[in-house]
Amino acid sequence: MIQFEQVSKVYSGGRSALDNVNFHLKRGEMAFLTGHSGAGKSTLLKLITAIERPTLGTVTINGADVGQLKRHQVPFLRRNIGIIFQDHNLLMDRSVYDNVALPLLIEGFAEREIEKRVEAALDMVGLGDKLGYAPMHLSGGEQQRVGIARAVVARPPLLLADEPTGNLDPKLSMEILRLFEAFNRAGTTVLIATHDLGLIARMRYRTLTLKQGRMICADEVAA
Amino acid sequence: MSLSRKKLPVGQRMISLLTQHLRQLLASLGELWRTPMTSLMTLLVLGFSLSLPALLLVLANNAEKVEAQWQSAAEISLFLDLDIAPVRQETLLTRLRGMPEVIAVTFQSSEQALAEFRQHAQFGDALAYLDDNPLPGLIRVQPSARHAGVDAARSLRDRLAQEPGIALARLDLDWLQRLEALSATGRQAGIALGVLLLLAVVLITANTIRLSIMQRFDEIKVMKLVGATEAFIRRPFLYGGLWLGLLSALLALVLVNVMLVWLDGSMAQLLSLYRSQFRLDGLSVQQGSVLILASCSLGWLGAWLSVRRHLRAIEPQ
Repeated sequence: MIQFEQVSKVYSGGRSALDNVNFHLKRGEMAFLTGHSGAGKSTLLKLITAIERPTLGTVTINGADVGQLKRHQVPFLRRNIGIIFQDHNLLMDRSVYDNVALPLLIEGFAEREIEKRVEAALDMVGLGDKLGYAPMHLSGGEQQRVGIARAVVARPPLLLADEPTGNLDPKLSMEILRLFEAFNRAGTTVLIATHDLGLIARMRYRTLTLKQGRMICADEVAA
Repeated sequence: MSLSRKKLPVGQRMISLLTQHLRQLLASLGELWRTPMTSLMTLLVLGFSLSLPALLLVLANNAEKVEAQWQSAAEISLFLDLDIAPVRQETLLTRLRGMPEVIAVTFQSSEQALAEFRQHAQFGDALAYLDDNPLPGLIRVQPSARHAGVDAARSLRDRLAQEPGIALARLDLDWLQRLEALSATGRQAGIALGVLLLLAVVLITANTIRLSIMQRFDEIKVMKLVGATEAFIRRPFLYGGLWLGLLSALLALVLVNVMLVWLDGSMAQLLSLYRSQFRLDGLSVQQGSVLILASCSLGWLGAWLSVRRHLRAIEPQ
């Protein structure tokens, strides 16, 4: 699903963010991506979502070479990826329903189908009763779950999460991770970037570790 | 390769594209409604900018009509020789009345002219000192419609001047030419002003759309991240420009018609002094439609310029 082959990324200022990174995340796998801040986690996620292009090497997502993508193809790559952000990037002037419906509107689903899917996605994250709320009136954990519902509503084959538990207490973090596990069991490939080592230790999943732009641990077996 | 757009069957994609367009069309109108004061101000500025060229257009049309009316009323004055014999005078009148180029002939004898002069001019008393009547007889000839145009009337005058017994043939064209030159200048100034104001419409729309792009910066970023195409993101703004164009054109139509009613009142008073039945024409349906169409295109163009410049720059970080 995600394949990095000798990938390096140097930003225009000359700062090297990734240095000869190799790994392969298979379809249906779930893994953590970890490392200190500045180790290159964000850059790696940006390469997967085609926000940045690799300087060297090839990044292949779901069969598509990110480096070779034309500008107009990028949206269609992103429709294969559900992205969850630390600061959840919700539209504060729209209702919870409208936020979650956004990816479906963009893909042009019919109104009835959108309604069905949005309700299902919100039910899944336990917010089925908060459709009409403004995100502002929800707690941090609830906002994060709205973000998750938006990421999964179009049923993408790949789910990326960037510090999804960054602002949450351990109990809420665990709940969120259980959600990811549920999606993974349903066949979705999941990659979670986090520096919460305690969280990783409690769960037995593959861990990719970055240090100063190099992949120092990409074992198939969890640490 | 999984970058296909074909998650949905063709028929449904067509329908969904249509509904998307419709939804975004209405949403962009709603967007204007969400900030009523700002939108109103923008619309007023756009409406004023459009109404001025439209008003100039109407006035130019009316000037053309006036010219046409007065051009056909051209009259040729024939001054007779002072010493013309009454018999020859009669034959001349008969000949003129028989000419196909002429529809009406009026004769004023030198005595009548003198009497009129005495009545109207302040030199009446001075006339008593004159031995002879210095005023010639006058024949006023009104050319038929076919010979009333500037060139035709001029050649008719030249032919009539050749007639024996006629001292001078005059066609009063100077004021007509002056009016023509004046209205030509006015029309050119109007065109220049119109072009500037239409350019202003494009720039105002572009700026308004730029502001609304900036306002929705975060939304655009999120949309790009969840896989919205450029066209999808662009559309509401283009429709926004279209709405601005349409609404400001309607506003301009109202403004122009109000101004015309107001002008017509004062013009009627002025023209009644000249015994003219002239009434101002408003914009025709055709011209109105052209105004609306042009304004919509200008709005769309402004939006497009803005979108092209600013939308690309917004990329997720």
